[in-house]
Amino acid sequence: MLRLPKFRYLQPKSLAEAVRMMSDEGPDAAFVAGGTDLYPNMKRRQQVPKVVIGLAQLKQLRTTKGKPAEGMILGAGLTLTEVAEDRRIQRAYPAVSKAAELISTPLLRNMGSIGGNLLLDTRCNYYDQNYEWRKGINFCMKKDGKICWVAPSSPRCWAVQSSDSAPVMVAIGAKVKLVSSSEERVLPTADLYKDDGIQYLNKRPDELLTEIHLPPTNGWRATYWKLRRRGSFDFPVLGVATCVRLAGDGTVEHAKIVLGGVGSHPIEVTLSEKAIIGKKLTEETIHDAAEAAYSPAKPLDNTDFAMSWRKHMARYYVACTLRELGGLPQNLPYSETGNNVPALRVFSSGPFS
Amino acid sequence: MGGANGAERKNLRVIGKPHRKVDAASKVTGQTKYADDLVFPRMLYTKILRSTVPHGRILKIDTSKAESYPGVKLVLLGKEMPIPYGALPVSEDEHALAIGKVRMMGDPVAAVAAVDEDVATEALDLIDVEYELLPAISSIQAALDTPEPRIHEYGEFGNIHRRQVYEFGDVEAGFAEADYVREDITFYEGSTHLALEQHASVAQFGHDGKLTLWTCTQDPHYLHRSLAKVLELPQSHVRVIATTNGGGFGGKCDPFAHEIIVSKLAMMTGRPVKICLTREEVFYCHRGRHPVLMSTKTGFKKDGTITAMHHRTILDGGAYGGHGVASTFYTGVLQPTTYQMKRYKFEAVRVFTNKAPGGPKRGHGTPQPRFAQEIQMDKIAEQLGLDPAEMRKKHLVPSNSLTVNWLRVGTMGLGKCIDKVVEGSNWKERFRKLPYGKGIGLACSGYMCGAGTPIYWNNMPHSGVQLKLDRSGGVTVFCGSTEIGQGSDSILAYIVAEVLGIDPFDIRVVTADTDLTPVDLGSYSSRVTMMTGNAAIQAAERAKELLVQAVSAKLEVPADRLVLADRRVFDKENPEKGVTFVEAVWLAEAKFGTLGTVGSYKPPAAPGKFKGSGVGPSPAYSYSAAVAEVEVNPETGIVVVPRIWMAHDIGQCINPVVAMGQIEGSIYMGLGEALMEEMTYRGNRNVVHKFPSFLEYKSPTTMEMCDVITYLIEDQDSNGPFGAKEAGQGPQLPVPPAIANAIYDAVGVRIDEVPITPDKVLKAIRAKAKGQEGRYGPTVFPHCDMPASIFVPTPEEGGDGKAVERQPVLA
Repeated sequence: MLRLPKFRYLQPKSLAEAVRMMSDEGPDAAFVAGGTDLYPNMKRRQQVPKVVIGLAQLKQLRTTKGKPAEGMILGAGLTLTEVAEDRRIQRAYPAVSKAAELISTPLLRNMGSIGGNLLLDTRCNYYDQNYEWRKGINFCMKKDGKICWVAPSSPRCWAVQSSDSAPVMVAIGAKVKLVSSSEERVLPTADLYKDDGIQYLNKRPDELLTEIHLPPTNGWRATYWKLRRRGSFDFPVLGVATCVRLAGDGTVEHAKIVLGGVGSHPIEVTLSEKAIIGKKLTEETIHDAAEAAYSPAKPLDNTDFAMSWRKHMARYYVACTLRELGGLPQNLPYSETGNNVPALRVFSSGPFS
Repeated sequence: MGGANGAERKNLRVIGKPHRKVDAASKVTGQTKYADDLVFPRMLYTKILRSTVPHGRILKIDTSKAESYPGVKLVLLGKEMPIPYGALPVSEDEHALAIGKVRMMGDPVAAVAAVDEDVATEALDLIDVEYELLPAISSIQAALDTPEPRIHEYGEFGNIHRRQVYEFGDVEAGFAEADYVREDITFYEGSTHLALEQHASVAQFGHDGKLTLWTCTQDPHYLHRSLAKVLELPQSHVRVIATTNGGGFGGKCDPFAHEIIVSKLAMMTGRPVKICLTREEVFYCHRGRHPVLMSTKTGFKKDGTITAMHHRTILDGGAYGGHGVASTFYTGVLQPTTYQMKRYKFEAVRVFTNKAPGGPKRGHGTPQPRFAQEIQMDKIAEQLGLDPAEMRKKHLVPSNSLTVNWLRVGTMGLGKCIDKVVEGSNWKERFRKLPYGKGIGLACSGYMCGAGTPIYWNNMPHSGVQLKLDRSGGVTVFCGSTEIGQGSDSILAYIVAEVLGIDPFDIRVVTADTDLTPVDLGSYSSRVTMMTGNAAIQAAERAKELLVQAVSAKLEVPADRLVLADRRVFDKENPEKGVTFVEAVWLAEAKFGTLGTVGSYKPPAAPGKFKGSGVGPSPAYSYSAAVAEVEVNPETGIVVVPRIWMAHDIGQCINPVVAMGQIEGSIYMGLGEALMEEMTYRGNRNVVHKFPSFLEYKSPTTMEMCDVITYLIEDQDSNGPFGAKEAGQGPQLPVPPAIANAIYDAVGVRIDEVPITPDKVLKAIRAKAKGQEGRYGPTVFPHCDMPASIFVPTPEEGGDGKAVERQPVLA
């Protein structure tokens, strides 16, 4: 089996001790909450911290504070299951609980944290491979190598932002709190991300994400649609988070539409937003917004599915989110299936004639 | 065997009943020991250094740093094992560790034995290997176009491993008789087995000079032979114990490098040595579905009568032979088992490429041609304006007949299967009548119940069973067969229990140990129930005979009046009069001495007498019909399969629940191949496998699994034990074409290749909307020079099954 590299494990008793440990240990250390991203990456030698500072025992990171009307504060260490199943979040921030519920599998959601998902390492089919495989292509620039294999003439890394919660938090205007031994700062989630597959975070390694500040619920509504191959396990190859506030007559007063999984950071599609602001959500305006999402979506051949198809799907999924928020029918041909009800019938028969 | 296989039996007490599997409780409680669970004192762990280039010469290997690394006991190289091996005697082209050359990314190059897995892993990085890169071949077309450098020094020529051409009757004359002729070019992508258990092995070499290997193999007998050969040990000094397989599906049939490596390391270090492969390494072992490009040219009359078929295939074989020569035959030999065709020509080519080798995966070589044939049948029915179910039923191969290519079909329940799925799916009210986006499709298949010939030529039984009866009343069944989850251990217990009138759970089953059990050739080709079942019946009938004679003498009741049932032997005319089973065993042991019997089974001789006629014959053929229901989103091309109806002609269920499990598993696997699974490589990136992991190699989860409605059609075959036929592989075959046909019904486009991914469906829908052909699939079948046909007159033409010199066709 694949073995973890050797490392030292530290278990702080408080937030303060956690950030102090990080400051003492320096760049060879990493925080770990659920470990569902870090440990597999360590097995593949994508990250090889010498010291791992465990956060799972810190109760301070597992609290939920505040009321929806003033904005709720989620501890970054809440598990994805806790976020998905919290009744208040489900009622006030259904897009957040839906995105959390769409991540991976029940088992991994029981371990993985919401903060960890926001900080999820960018993904790429040339990078998310074990050491021997990567050695076979002489590695890539994200780890141990010099080139970006998905775009060999490119000076930058094109690994893909693959968190389901990130586009939602950006779309609804959530903020994140970063704490280090020297300072604390709160910044809009949108500012947490950078358009680069390697330096994908505006976060210093010694900073710990401790809180997510959800905005007050004052009339906006949001949703999240996720494209992936299967109904479980898979990372998004496209995620669309859409947030709108409608006037009494249905006119769009505010719109944020954010694409995940088609670039190295959550991509806000402002032209799509412009296509609906000041208008009502109709098949025509939705069509215009969907068309405007096509060009900013820039999938490359480094995830599941054919990239040109994924690009087409940006249109379709943007339209789906807007139809949902506008109360328009989806025209999906699917029936609700998935419950396998096997039936056995045994027939005796004479020779077939 | 007369009535010994019990086909005419009535009043079955165990057979056909849904008993628990004999190994179920230990599996669900975690007591079953898989190979990786085995631990021995002083055991060493092995890791294998694998090639990081797809094709290259090894210029230098420096192991000195690894050898001196603390904890490393030995570094092994290929030169220690110079004798090549391979699954088939005709293509022994593998070395456990590369000698001089590597042929794919992941080829084993060196092995480290160390005190633990961490040390072994760390030491791998200390071995320096210098390669001289050779041009790599990553596709069928490239293999045809690139004769040099050759991946192997043997084969037909260039990078062509194998060519086969068979013609049964004059196909050109057949096309001349047809009202219509159509040719369809199709492609079936490669896929792998995805057994949950990663391959694992432990070897121990005793002071008596004897080797024992515990390993998750499907075929311990063939592995036994390969080990003895490569390790240069007498076969009698090698013992292979096949541990319970955590899934096999054909992926554990070949002798594997790691099995030989741990054995050699155990011999050299004198310590037990273990390996458990990583998932990536399992992808490199592969031996799964070959990617196959096919051209199927069929002549037919207005009523659907097939006057001739010319079926051509090219297989992407990957880097080694393995079972590939057999796979190549199977891409054509079973085509004529479902519908009557007057003449049949089959051409096949297998090429070498620098990829993980193809081999036997559930259905071995036959899902690909069934896909080609069954989507073509749907097109023919459409062209003729006939209902595809009715058209198929009209032209079925009859029961108890010879096919055009000399295969003897016994019972043939496909018509009944079609009736069941047509009725169950409400086909007549739904086909071509559902709203746009929803569709329903039908496909059928036939499959063999065991290969008629062994992998190496011999005229001994294919399966043997020994029974031991002791004074406790205990019955032990010894058989070389290998449990891979399909229920083969249980089948032995059910059958012996039926004959001896005891409970299956009274019986102890000892299997898959080459020292303790008589040879069974292995868990492949859907042969196990057919062959071990018949051997078990023979052994049990012989034991019954001893018991009956002894009890008859004691009770003074004629032997033919004695019945074995309910753990008793009694007079059927006076059931009070009898003895317990234990008393019967005592009486028999007193009369005959220590009690033991044997049984064995060898398939009937094949009717075909031409070179190559050994592949295809089987004691019986199973049949399946499937209807798939699909929902296609025309805006995305995403296909959902809510339900599949499957009717399977099983002859006789030994255990209906186990049979249903096999059928549902087959449907699951077929669904994955139809919609998702692809063993794909980046040809321009050193031919790396795109995603050798469970996460990114997509296969369905329970969320994607469809509802299944199973019909078991029982029409006993006189060759099967109690009339039974196979269920483990055949039901997979109709799934992909049924889905493709249903997609056409739903949105009017033909997807002539698998996997049917949404981008392909959407492309075809958009092409159709623009007035182009609504189709996605290959359009060109590449040329390869072929030898002259082996020409065999058909049974209908009065042939005797032998090949003849071709008579020139009259102008």
